[in-house]
Amino acid sequence: MLISIMALILMGLGAMCGGTFWGGAGAFLGALGALALWAVLLAATFLQGEQLVLLCSGGQKIEKEDCPRLYNVVEEMTIAAGLPKLPDIYVIEDAIPNAFAAGRNPKSAIVAVTTELLARLDRDELQGVIAHEVAHIKNLDVRFMTIASVMVGSIVMLSQTYVRLMFIGGKKRTCSKAGVHPAFMIAGIICALLAPIAARLLYFACSRKREFLADASAARFTRYPVGLASALEKISGRVLSSEKLNQALLPMYIVNPLQSMSAVGMFSTHPSTDERIKILRTMGGRAGLMDYENAFRKVKGKKSRCLGQRTLTSGESRGIQAREANDNPAESLGTLERFQEVTDLIGRMANLLMMQCSCGVKIKVPEEFDQDAIECPRCGTVNTLPRAKEKAQEEAPAPNLQQGVEQATVAGAAVAEAAFQTLRFERQGKGWESFRCSCDRVIQIAPSFRGEFIKCPRCKREVEVAEKVEEEVVTEEN
Amino acid sequence: MDPVLLILLALGGAVALSVISFIVLYNGLVTLKNQAKNAWAQIDVQLKRRHDLIPNLVNTVKGYAEHEQTTLENVIKARGQAAGAQGTNDQIQAEQNLSGALGRLMLVVEQYPDLQANENFMSLQEELTSTENKLGFARQLYNDQVLFYKNKLETFPANMVAAFFQFQPEPYFELENQQERQAPEVAF
Repeated sequence: MLISIMALILMGLGAMCGGTFWGGAGAFLGALGALALWAVLLAATFLQGEQLVLLCSGGQKIEKEDCPRLYNVVEEMTIAAGLPKLPDIYVIEDAIPNAFAAGRNPKSAIVAVTTELLARLDRDELQGVIAHEVAHIKNLDVRFMTIASVMVGSIVMLSQTYVRLMFIGGKKRTCSKAGVHPAFMIAGIICALLAPIAARLLYFACSRKREFLADASAARFTRYPVGLASALEKISGRVLSSEKLNQALLPMYIVNPLQSMSAVGMFSTHPSTDERIKILRTMGGRAGLMDYENAFRKVKGKKSRCLGQRTLTSGESRGIQAREANDNPAESLGTLERFQEVTDLIGRMANLLMMQCSCGVKIKVPEEFDQDAIECPRCGTVNTLPRAKEKAQEEAPAPNLQQGVEQATVAGAAVAEAAFQTLRFERQGKGWESFRCSCDRVIQIAPSFRGEFIKCPRCKREVEVAEKVEEEVVTEEN
Repeated sequence: MDPVLLILLALGGAVALSVISFIVLYNGLVTLKNQAKNAWAQIDVQLKRRHDLIPNLVNTVKGYAEHEQTTLENVIKARGQAAGAQGTNDQIQAEQNLSGALGRLMLVVEQYPDLQANENFMSLQEELTSTENKLGFARQLYNDQVLFYKNKLETFPANMVAAFFQFQPEPYFELENQQERQAPEVAF
């Protein structure tokens, strides 16, 4: 709808240009020319490719191992939206919680989130945000907004050319040739100056409409509008300006990162976050598109539509029940765990090697570290790096294997016995402790454990547990 | 121009138009039907994934919570039944039993702080939650697709094409669990 008004402005402007310079027939040609200009510019933009968008935000692609929670949530929303392919997931290291989607084609789309967003939101909220981004992809918003912004661009270009031509060269010639009245010319210049402003206003209105649609679709996909609402509350609580942000990317973010609370209105790409939260919260336990529409009207107090009639009737959209709040234990990941998850993620993105020591400490090894083993800073166990293990296996794979087979078949019992003697765990303190058995099973020792041996529940082997605390106790007594 | 030729042209145009719209409608129906089928396949993928996760989960829990043998056995039994279920209705029933058994296990497990802190268990729990969610979303998508398809089947003009080629509506994936459906009764 809005975009067709924009197209009319473009064609009107073209007609005016043509009409001023070549008279009546020129107007028709001018309108066609304006459309042609738009088509050429659009083709140029589409051919340019879109990886650029991410490069200027400094994102890094992640796989499932890097951040299973984020990856799973994106997978869930891909299924809910019925996208043909899982979008690529990028993480941007940034202190501002935000997310955006890019990609003109659902088959090669991108979802990007900042590390701060991951650290701050719980699973339901993250799901809401990702659903909003996936909805942008599903509704082909990026393609639509590219078309619209190119149209604004061509309107600006045309009006500037027109005004310049009028002022610089052609005043005399045009007047004498086409016999245009000066008053008409002045009116033309005013129109040419106003057209870009009108086009921009329309563009922003389009963008805001698309945001509402994405919110409505997110509610429909997750069946849980409250998740997105509380995510928006958390995000808008701390909106700072960021150096890494690019003006051209603004319409794609989930909240306008540069928005201060007062600067919301006709010239904004995003609707006010407060309003969006209010609408989502007013949906009253329902999650259909129609329910969003009703909530929108209630909040705005207007009869205006926010989603087109076509969108509303394209699917059954009324009375879809929202789900209840989730109290699954996995949902309520604590703030500390989330913080750790994100620090780990940043570490992995910076190519740090993550190692799990048997005492539970995660050791981060930088890439430049050139030794084969590293000492755990907590328990002092010397851990061999995975690459050193691989090297050792490469150097002597055959004898090890043969030996293993031989011993297992001929003298399995003896080997087991030998292994029993070598396995020994020295306690570090009196609290909970854990170590890894040779069968890779983690064994925990309770503070109340006083035995000398503990049996591994998996391989049934006995491990000697030695007390080490005696010395310390003595010094304390002294 | 000759009036006969004009009439012939108009007739030809009408026939061509109706043939084209017929083809478009038919193709639209087939696409919707396949989308619904595809959504069903997605449900199957997630069910399979859940079955694959369970042995791992049970093994991890076993090491910490040896007193919960019965709960664990129930999960294993429910999984076995679900994997061997034949027919859509049986399958839905068995999967619901499995969901119930898993839910009980997850409740029981909350009493074991060491288990909760175990890295392996934490990642398994995330996988399980995610699989349950994916299952829910896949079902949601399937039901939506079935609805689109059904709407198309029953509205004009696609219903004529549907009747001619005998397109059948797909069944919804409904929750048969009575407990989940019934509103709690309030006595005064």
